[in-house]
Amino acid sequence: MAELAVDSSNEQSIARIEASGMHYQEINEKVRSLIEQGYLRIVLEGVNGQRYIGDGLTSNVDIVVNGVPGNDLGAFMNGPNIFVNDNAQDAVGNTMNAGKIVIRGHAGDVIGYGMRGGKIFVSGDVGYRVGIHMKSYADQIPVIVSGGRAGDFFGEYMAGGILVLLGIGYENKEVVGTYVGTGMHGGTMYIRGDLKDWQLGREVRVFSIDDEDKGVLLALMEEFSDDTTVDVGNLEISDFLKLKPFSHRPYGDLYVY
Amino acid sequence: MNFGDRQGKWVVDEVKVPDACGLSGFINLDGKRIGGEIVRESMSVMRERGNGLGGGYAGYGIYPDFKEHFAFHVMFEDDSGRRICEELLREYTEVEKGEGIPTRQKCEIVDPPILMRYFLLPKREKLESENLEPDDFIVQLVMKINTQVPGSFVFSSGKNMGIFKAVGFPEDVADFYKLESYTGYTWIGHGRFPTNTPGWWGGAHPFNILDWSVVHNGEISSYGINKRYLEMFGYKCTLLTDTEVMAYLFDLLIRRHGLPIEVASKVVAAPFWEEIDQKEEGDKLEESLRMVYGSALVNGPFAVIVGFSRGMFGLNDRVKLRPLVAAVKDETLYVASEEAAIRQICNRPDNIWAPPAGEPVIGRLKGDA
Repeated sequence: MAELAVDSSNEQSIARIEASGMHYQEINEKVRSLIEQGYLRIVLEGVNGQRYIGDGLTSNVDIVVNGVPGNDLGAFMNGPNIFVNDNAQDAVGNTMNAGKIVIRGHAGDVIGYGMRGGKIFVSGDVGYRVGIHMKSYADQIPVIVSGGRAGDFFGEYMAGGILVLLGIGYENKEVVGTYVGTGMHGGTMYIRGDLKDWQLGREVRVFSIDDEDKGVLLALMEEFSDDTTVDVGNLEISDFLKLKPFSHRPYGDLYVY
Repeated sequence: MNFGDRQGKWVVDEVKVPDACGLSGFINLDGKRIGGEIVRESMSVMRERGNGLGGGYAGYGIYPDFKEHFAFHVMFEDDSGRRICEELLREYTEVEKGEGIPTRQKCEIVDPPILMRYFLLPKREKLESENLEPDDFIVQLVMKINTQVPGSFVFSSGKNMGIFKAVGFPEDVADFYKLESYTGYTWIGHGRFPTNTPGWWGGAHPFNILDWSVVHNGEISSYGINKRYLEMFGYKCTLLTDTEVMAYLFDLLIRRHGLPIEVASKVVAAPFWEEIDQKEEGDKLEESLRMVYGSALVNGPFAVIVGFSRGMFGLNDRVKLRPLVAAVKDETLYVASEEAAIRQICNRPDNIWAPPAGEPVIGRLKGDA
């Protein structure tokens, strides 16, 4: 059985799980049991590839992951904060509703799929199909910020929320692939870098940054920097492009005739 | 040689089998040989990607005592197929050694077929009468056995390498074949999740012809076109899984047509016409490849790791519909479906990255290795 030790020297009540080689079901059972016992911070040591960590949790617990978590980290999550001190794999924050996931490394494909609230911050690059089918309603506005670059299909079918690409280290290089915002019909993307027309989906256009955008970006960048320790101090707001869909319902007439 | 209809009892149906699987492979570029237990360890963290209906490995450099011989690994449904096959082998080849493939009795793998291996060379007079190079002769011999001998399948036919595959989880397959007793400079592993038809021994990955081995995650929707195209060059698809066409395509494109790996990758993962249109005036390579090799384009999602005698490469479909991660540590290149599979056997790589769609990650043995 895994060792479980409570660090009583800290004001908060912290629990540790030695998760090396442990199956994800056992990890999640332990996490849920520790939350019931009132722990506010749970540290998972030696994680490597275990899927579904933190899925479906609704409390305001902090979970620290040391190691590479497996796919679907924080899926359907509704409240907790997850901090990963390493890289992450695919489908982080799948359909999450509230809370925050901070990856202090790079992350894989399909990050924030169908996300409907909360925030995902990734220090480095993200893969293909990030923010695909994100959506928003009233004050439920999901946010993904990546410090690096993104692959193809960034924000595909996006219906709401905010995607930010900081492109740090990719100055004068491509910061995103092709098919950006294909099928997009809601939400906003901010991309620091250059974009060619042929990289864009048919439904999006490039707009210039206004004062409201500036406020949104500055607040997000400050929070991102606090969480990831990535320095954003020298980034110019004027270097960002804004992408929005120019039609609210691009397929609204598809089945009319 | 003539091709006949195959009548084995193992034929389930003439359908392709798409799957969603786990891959891991590594190559030591100095040719340093590493135990098969390492690739087993890597596969163990991706258990969730498979469902126990297929696991397998390819190891290169594992038969140094017979490195000039073609090493046939053959599975037989029963002894009658084995007798016919061995008769054929005696007729066409000099069999230096024939023996059972060593297996562990007490393990999770149940109901195995008869598993044999033969170290052999084509008979010189047969090469002359057929007017064939040894490699082409071996391809035809494999096709002949797989299509004409009931219940017999050659699942490995390269030199100084071997395929080990079964119905089971990858860790159990490694234990069954005593993978820890082999050392190789390249190891490739696969855990299978067959979705449309039952998993069977021949349908486990890797798929192999000569020294080409392919493990695949995805679904090849162009299977029918690729299969018919390959038939024109004498390749017969008999193993009921779409991945088989990939092994034959790389043999055709790289060995027989002499294309570099980078160019063969542009054939199977061809860029979209929109991307080709962005090319500079006069750059006609991609356009020509699409026109010449239209029927070798592999459509649908795939991530593959391909092994060959002097290297290994990983490749994604052109829109990256399946995951693939690569890493380098000193003289070893790693490619896998998940970063965790690499980190399990290489905790601190010098570099770890996600290869872009359609761009191969290639590791080649150094000149003198």
